[in-house]
Amino acid sequence: MTNIVSSLGRTTIAFILEAGAVFIMLGKVSRYLLQLWKNRRLVYEQMMVIGVQSVPLVLFVGVFAGAVASIQTAYQLKGYISYNYLGAATSVAIFIELGPVLTALVIAGRVGASIAAEIGTMKVTEQLDALESLAIDPLRYLAMPRIFSGFFMIPILTILADFVGIMGAYLVAYINLDLAPEIFFGSVKEFFSLLNVFSGLIKAFFFGGTTAIIGCYVGFNTSGGAEGVGQSTIRAFVLSSALILLNDYLLSIILF
Amino acid sequence: MIQINDLHKSFGDKVVLRGVDLEVYDGERLVIVGRSGCGKSVLLKHIINLMEPDKGYILVDNIAIRRVGQSDLFFLRKQFGFLFQGAALFDSMSVSENIALPLVEHTNLTSAEIAKKVAEKLEMVGLPGIEELRPSELSGGMKKRVGLARAIIMDPKYILYDEPTTGLDPIMAANIDKLIIELSEKLKVTSIVVTHDMQSVAKVATRVVMLHLGKIIFSGSVDELYNTENKVVAQFVKAEAEGPIQPKPIKY
Ligand SMILES: Nc1ncnc2c1ncn2[C@@H]1O[C@H](COP(=O)(O)OP(=O)(O)OP(=O)(O)O)[C@@H](O)[C@H]1O
Ligand SMILES: [Mg+2]
Repeated sequence: MTNIVSSLGRTTIAFILEAGAVFIMLGKVSRYLLQLWKNRRLVYEQMMVIGVQSVPLVLFVGVFAGAVASIQTAYQLKGYISYNYLGAATSVAIFIELGPVLTALVIAGRVGASIAAEIGTMKVTEQLDALESLAIDPLRYLAMPRIFSGFFMIPILTILADFVGIMGAYLVAYINLDLAPEIFFGSVKEFFSLLNVFSGLIKAFFFGGTTAIIGCYVGFNTSGGAEGVGQSTIRAFVLSSALILLNDYLLSIILF
Repeated sequence: MIQINDLHKSFGDKVVLRGVDLEVYDGERLVIVGRSGCGKSVLLKHIINLMEPDKGYILVDNIAIRRVGQSDLFFLRKQFGFLFQGAALFDSMSVSENIALPLVEHTNLTSAEIAKKVAEKLEMVGLPGIEELRPSELSGGMKKRVGLARAIIMDPKYILYDEPTTGLDPIMAANIDKLIIELSEKLKVTSIVVTHDMQSVAKVATRVVMLHLGKIIFSGSVDELYNTENKVVAQFVKAEAEGPIQPKPIKY
């Protein structure tokens, strides 16, 4: 019994220390945000890698998520509520939940894991030491551009996912239910609220930041060669997915 | 001048440095020898604060390198060139980007001026015209020399070489030895060279120290090194299997 308690205590303390370390890193990185313009080349590069190169994946996930949402919603409405409200029901779900969460989760897999792998490899091959030896702070050179791009690009990707998600939803509604576009999009428009979209984007902002921060933190704390890099990749993905879902819960409480 | 005082460092329960005292004087070419795994690379990394000592301190030009803030630390580090044992090239960048990085980050030179400097340093290390290659396309010895070009691009006051000639053919090794001597004589660079290559030691060193069991057990000229009474040092320089040092790895 005392064993369980003490190991629980130890785990809690380790967790708090680790969370503290993440915030310390974040504090140091945020100082470098003031030098955004000076580091624009690096930031631009990461916006490309994190944002633009994720577009195909996000489009793919967005279309299918929208399509599935449409089928599910239609099934739930069947016999109770007119399909005329299908557009409204689906689009609200996409704006506030599916768009941001699914985008963030695939980004956690694609971007979070690759940030951790890249920085982790640099750590175990002494490239981080090399940066330091050249009087270049890895937090400025590597972490800041990635974290900034995470915060900035995921909301943009989410807007994209929202858009193609609704297109996918309509496509399914058209194929299965032969729903006219005026009716579907009319109901989307009728129930459209900027607040819904905006709260989805606020979520996306935090999810994107979380993913990039965790990727960097895990990468910087990699040890033990190729095996360590592999473990870091998994750790980054698991941690950021878990934190996205936790964040989603907390933000939903705050926002609604 | 670099002063290392009573430096201790352990990794877990493995003690690597147990009280290193060493002074490096301006303009000298100090060679550090010692068995593989005795902590030479660890000692070099402490000098530019890539590792934190458990105990003891290091002064660079009378400034305690552990005590200063980040901007002063970076100011000090700009006076150092560091050649990593494994070269540590950035594999996302081409050779020229690797070498140019400190110039891009710390100076306002135009890209033409930077390209000229990069070409100049590549020439010095015997690799002219390989700017556009990637580190993955280089041999081990070529990586080493690109690493050296990067280390000297800012014309540092101190250069720390971690095994500069390992993995090079004898002719190239002799050229690098010559380069080390030239840099120190023409530009008054203070050099610290870690090496296993006893030919290099004889050519390059103005003073040799030996690190053994976490301490400096010998300091003197090359002649003194070869004529020492110390049995451990004698066995090392004569490369004998029999002697106080056992071939099996020692538990530190
Ligand atoms: N980051 C680290 N974590 C744990 N142990 C380390 C670390 N770096 C070095 N060591 C240990 O410290 C000891 C000294 O390592 P170091 O790399 O300084 O040896 P060396 O003298 O440079 O050897 P070589 O001549 O083979 O390069 C080794 O036993 C190594 O296992
Ligand atoms: Mg070494």
